Amino acid sequence: MLNRETLVNLILAALLLAVPLMANAFGQPFYVTLATRVAILALAATGLNLALGLGGLVSFGHAAFFGIGGYAAGILATHAFSGDPLLLGLSGTNQMPLIWLVAMLVAGLVGLLIGLISLRTSGVYFIMITLAFAQMVYYFAISWPAYGGEDGLSILVRNQFPGANTMKPVSFFLICYAVLIVALGLFVLIRGSRFGSALQAARQNEVRVATVGIAPYRIRLTAFAISAALTGLAGALFADLNRFVSPSMLSWHMSGELIVLIILGGTGRLFGPLAGAALFVIFEYVLGGLTERWQFFLGLILLGTVLFARGGLLGLLAGKARHG
Amino acid sequence: MAEPVLELSDIVKSFGALRATDHVSLDLKPGEIHALIGPNGAGKSTLIHQICGTLRQDSGTIRLAGKDIGHLGVAERSRLGLGRTFQVSSLTPDFSALRNVMLAVQAQQGSSFRFFKPVMRDASLIDRSMAMLERVGLQDRARIPAAELSHGERRQLEIAIALALSSKAFLLDEPMAGMGPEGSKALTGFLHSLRQEAPILLVEHDMDAVFALADRISVLVYGRVIATGTVEEIRRDPAVRTAYLGDHA
Ligand SMILES: Nc1ncnc2c1ncn2[C@@H]1O[C@H](COP(=O)(O)OP(=O)(O)OP(=O)(O)O)[C@@H](O)[C@H]1O
Ligand SMILES: [Mg+2]
Repeated sequence: MLNRETLVNLILAALLLAVPLMANAFGQPFYVTLATRVAILALAATGLNLALGLGGLVSFGHAAFFGIGGYAAGILATHAFSGDPLLLGLSGTNQMPLIWLVAMLVAGLVGLLIGLISLRTSGVYFIMITLAFAQMVYYFAISWPAYGGEDGLSILVRNQFPGANTMKPVSFFLICYAVLIVALGLFVLIRGSRFGSALQAARQNEVRVATVGIAPYRIRLTAFAISAALTGLAGALFADLNRFVSPSMLSWHMSGELIVLIILGGTGRLFGPLAGAALFVIFEYVLGGLTERWQFFLGLILLGTVLFARGGLLGLLAGKARHG
Repeated sequence: MAEPVLELSDIVKSFGALRATDHVSLDLKPGEIHALIGPNGAGKSTLIHQICGTLRQDSGTIRLAGKDIGHLGVAERSRLGLGRTFQVSSLTPDFSALRNVMLAVQAQQGSSFRFFKPVMRDASLIDRSMAMLERVGLQDRARIPAAELSHGERRQLEIAIALALSSKAFLLDEPMAGMGPEGSKALTGFLHSLRQEAPILLVEHDMDAVFALADRISVLVYGRVIATGTVEEIRRDPAVRTAYLGDHA
């Protein structure tokens, strides 16, 4: 039994896989890199989608987690390269699985701390306080000379993954794609679980959730930390894609971009982030090639989406979301 | 005499200059239906809110089964056994009727920190939730989103949710409102049997239902309890007649 949304999702997943494989076959690595960018942004937005889409938590600070993941990768790689111990005598590493683990742990932990305070507020206050925390992280990175400060930090050689040559664009794409698919699988599980039920219910009616005996705060806090960890993972991959980390990954533009991706693709929808990221990267590439002011046109498209297609691209393609 | 299940002593609550609850004391005994009646704006819903924790009293104590719950959060009080319905339905609108009840069942079973097993394949949740929907007669509407249910059906759904919590006390804020005569009659019969499960504090304007169901009635006017007694006592009370009942009595 295949419903329309599942079909749309499968097509999107197949397209994201097929396009770079074909581009690679035709010797066009540039498009492979574009597709990798889509996969990573989709992963970052999938993290945010957990908090924003399922939980209704409009975080305007997810760049903090994206950047923290990026810096985790950059810093670990720098120490692995130089051989200087990192802290407590621990050395760096250039192994992606370990880097991902650290990125997720640190981002998740910072998410927990930020959430602990931010989640006591709601609405506009929540938006503002998450933004404020992210800006604190941003200014901290800028003013911390050990890891490049304002100039950022280069990763000289892309980090490694057992059994793959990560310097080959298509190999690195496949790694990112696989991570994205795993994250989407996790999203499906969480969404359908008891935890996901409570989280979605808290978005719809907080008082109702408390009235049946579930404290919304703890549910949201947990969701926020998981969300941060996933976005942090995406940050680590993004650093490896560019082989460069800079404070711009932490800036509020990045936070805004992630929200835009979700709205374009379809808030709360499993494949909303992927659809949104694909649209965004295509706009950036196509419109960006035509005019410097491509973001103006992106703004128009966003406005159109909000006014006329509230469900985003997924809403247009697959209809209204269903909750069972 | 049996220990009261729920006991309010000397509750006071003001909204600015307005004293919405004025030194209210009342209790709910095992097996009884205690009706709380009074004119619009008397402070009935405000009192229910304070019992459940959605509003905090300025002073006074609230005990549930002997335990002071007046300082606890909404979720904690619910877990200790308060099952309520709202005057204006409060449901999760995108979820089906079934999933609305399932949320209560999962809360009642203990943990919501389970991340992987799909709820829609969890027989322990679905079976019990369907049983609750059947009790209120909503089984045929189980898959309909709460937002698409009729007004009366939403009231029934709220009761099904309260049932799922295995409450020690029910607090029902105008469950008959908007039900229509047929619905009210059916619900009256249902509440009559529900008291065996747990006592009910019933806020209701439908006097036929109140007189048919209540073991005791308290009359609230301008935040104050002006009388408490049996149906007969309240009907005869001259102060109550002027303040509220008028020609109902
Ligand atoms: N949050 C609030 N802030 C300020 N005033 C409030 C608030 N909630 C209720 N009130 C006021 O308190 C008084 C009691 O209101 P409440 O809703 O408890 O009355 P009620 O007895 O339930 O009335 P009804 O029969 O119409 O439901 C009213 O005057 C109302 O306007
Ligand atoms: Mg009321």
